[in-house]
Amino acid sequence: MSSREVHDGPLVLDARGGGGGTLSLLGSELLTLFRRRRTWALLGALALIPILIAVAVRLSGGPPTGRGPAFLDQITNNGFFVGVTAILVAIPLFLPLTIGVVAGDAIAGEASHGTLRYLLIAPAGRIRLLLVKYLAAAVFCVAAPLTVVVVGTLIGWALFPIGPVTLLSGATVGIGDALLRLLAIAAYVTVSLLGMSAIGLFLSTLTTVPVGAMAATAILAVVSQIMDALPQLEWLHPWLFTHYWLGFGDLMREPVVWDSFADNAVLQAGYLVVFGALAVSRFLTKDVLS
Amino acid sequence: MPDLAIETHGLTKRFRSQVAVDGLDLAVPEGSVFGFLGPNGSGKTTTIRMLLGLVAATAGDARVLGADMPHHVDSVLPRVGALVEGPAFSPYLSGEANLRRFDAADRHAPRGTRSDRVALALERVGLSHAAKKKVGAYSLGMKQRLGLANALLMRRELLVLDEPTNGLDPQGTREVRSLIRSLAEGGTTVFVSSHLLAEVEQVCTHAAVMSVGRLVAHGTIDELRGRGSRVLVRTPDPGRARAVLAALGLPIEQTTVGGIRSATDASDDELVTARLGGEIERHSADGTSADGSSTDHGSADGGSADGGSATAAPESIVTALVNAGVRVRGFEIERASLEQRFVDLTGEGFDVVA
Repeated sequence: MSSREVHDGPLVLDARGGGGGTLSLLGSELLTLFRRRRTWALLGALALIPILIAVAVRLSGGPPTGRGPAFLDQITNNGFFVGVTAILVAIPLFLPLTIGVVAGDAIAGEASHGTLRYLLIAPAGRIRLLLVKYLAAAVFCVAAPLTVVVVGTLIGWALFPIGPVTLLSGATVGIGDALLRLLAIAAYVTVSLLGMSAIGLFLSTLTTVPVGAMAATAILAVVSQIMDALPQLEWLHPWLFTHYWLGFGDLMREPVVWDSFADNAVLQAGYLVVFGALAVSRFLTKDVLS
Repeated sequence: MPDLAIETHGLTKRFRSQVAVDGLDLAVPEGSVFGFLGPNGSGKTTTIRMLLGLVAATAGDARVLGADMPHHVDSVLPRVGALVEGPAFSPYLSGEANLRRFDAADRHAPRGTRSDRVALALERVGLSHAAKKKVGAYSLGMKQRLGLANALLMRRELLVLDEPTNGLDPQGTREVRSLIRSLAEGGTTVFVSSHLLAEVEQVCTHAAVMSVGRLVAHGTIDELRGRGSRVLVRTPDPGRARAVLAALGLPIEQTTVGGIRSATDASDDELVTARLGGEIERHSADGTSADGSSTDHGSADGGSADGGSATAAPESIVTALVNAGVRVRGFEIERASLEQRFVDLTGEGFDVVA
């Protein structure tokens, strides 16, 4: 008889049957994540992006040259654009790197410390543990872009004048409205990173070497962006998880257009379902030998 | 027959081409302190991982606390405390935070009593003073203690302890031993895997010995030890002595003429040796090959039929010898230590099996 067949089903049932205490485990997981120095180092590195931009613009002080990232030349007029510029700069590489570290570490990190076996015999329940790990990564996906825009706004406010913002559509809105739009951009970026977190979580169940899963996740994000830039692969573009990453310009129009937000959310949900299912099926049948 | 805390039938684990555990039939009675012995690489930890649902068995089945594993991990494991292949913790968290984290993972563990239970567990293993220290700064012995504390967070019906005294100083080893005793007195079944025999000999009521993925012996400590005892008779009438011993059902071990003479003694004494007690309970026919080279010779075959009945009292053996006219010049019962039995069963060296 094969005990592997009978192994999976009841585990699924057990995980579905008992939701009690999952919040408690999530709380413990978040406490663990945010008590870790590495997490703060990652957020600190992200916070450095707007600080570097603002300080550099402030020190150079010269007239805008029109080169560099979008919105850079607007910073001297309006500190609001520090946050916008910083998030644009962070999206292609820095944000994916930090998400790769957190998501890639989820299971592989526990395995490398040997704590995975103790969590499982506690018993945490395999699906429950996976769910909690994903939710913790999702919380980090909220924290990371938020750090960039909040620090960007604060440093922009400190070093530059701040005032009404002229939108892409030409209309001008008050700073309060503009800051809400900036939060919406942060939310857009959070959604963008959810699909990638699911990929990272799946890769994390494949190995006991966390660095491998982290690097693989970050590299996938870069490769996806490169493919998105190749016109020969145009048929593939709508399916790439990075396709809508920079598509939040609609949030800077009056009135706000939510189409790209929705397209992005659907695509990310698709990645979440596919890679979440892969992670579950892999993790349920995995022999924990670490 | 008492209920069994752990029961396996034909439990087998194959990793690619290598068979790590081969057809294991294990029965651990409830309330026992069960020593699980074997050299490094004999399959002890893989067995424990299968019992705890960490690894899926290739074949066979395992029951823990009366429920099939790994189907019932969620209902069984909260009643089981375990230390598997050494302690493991997040080095960036304090000892206390690590315990709280594992406790939060168990959804049956009440949140309200968490702080109390964690503090109590730390106190039991003597770590209260280091509770707030990061585990990364712990010594191996302290981590081992913390691992034991984790196993004791809740009241457990079964404790599975894999090498519990690894890395502990002699004082710590004694503490663990008395901890195991006090837990056993409280009715907890304790399953201890170890390659340290003295440890097992002192605390265990039962034991099983593994070698190369197979069970080679299984029983109470006295059975395991007793069956390794021997009778030594020094006499100038070896033939008659052998006949008498064989008639008593004791398997003769040495048939060599000349025996062992003392260097200064020019007498014609010979040493006749027989096993006291029958064959060790064997679980697989080929398990015996492990000790074929050490003491068993062909002559033992005749005696093995008597099973465990041949536990004749030493005095009656002497009486029988004297009555048969054997000139008994020396008589000795040699009680084998568990260590001797272990080496007999698993081969001389402690070589890691590749």
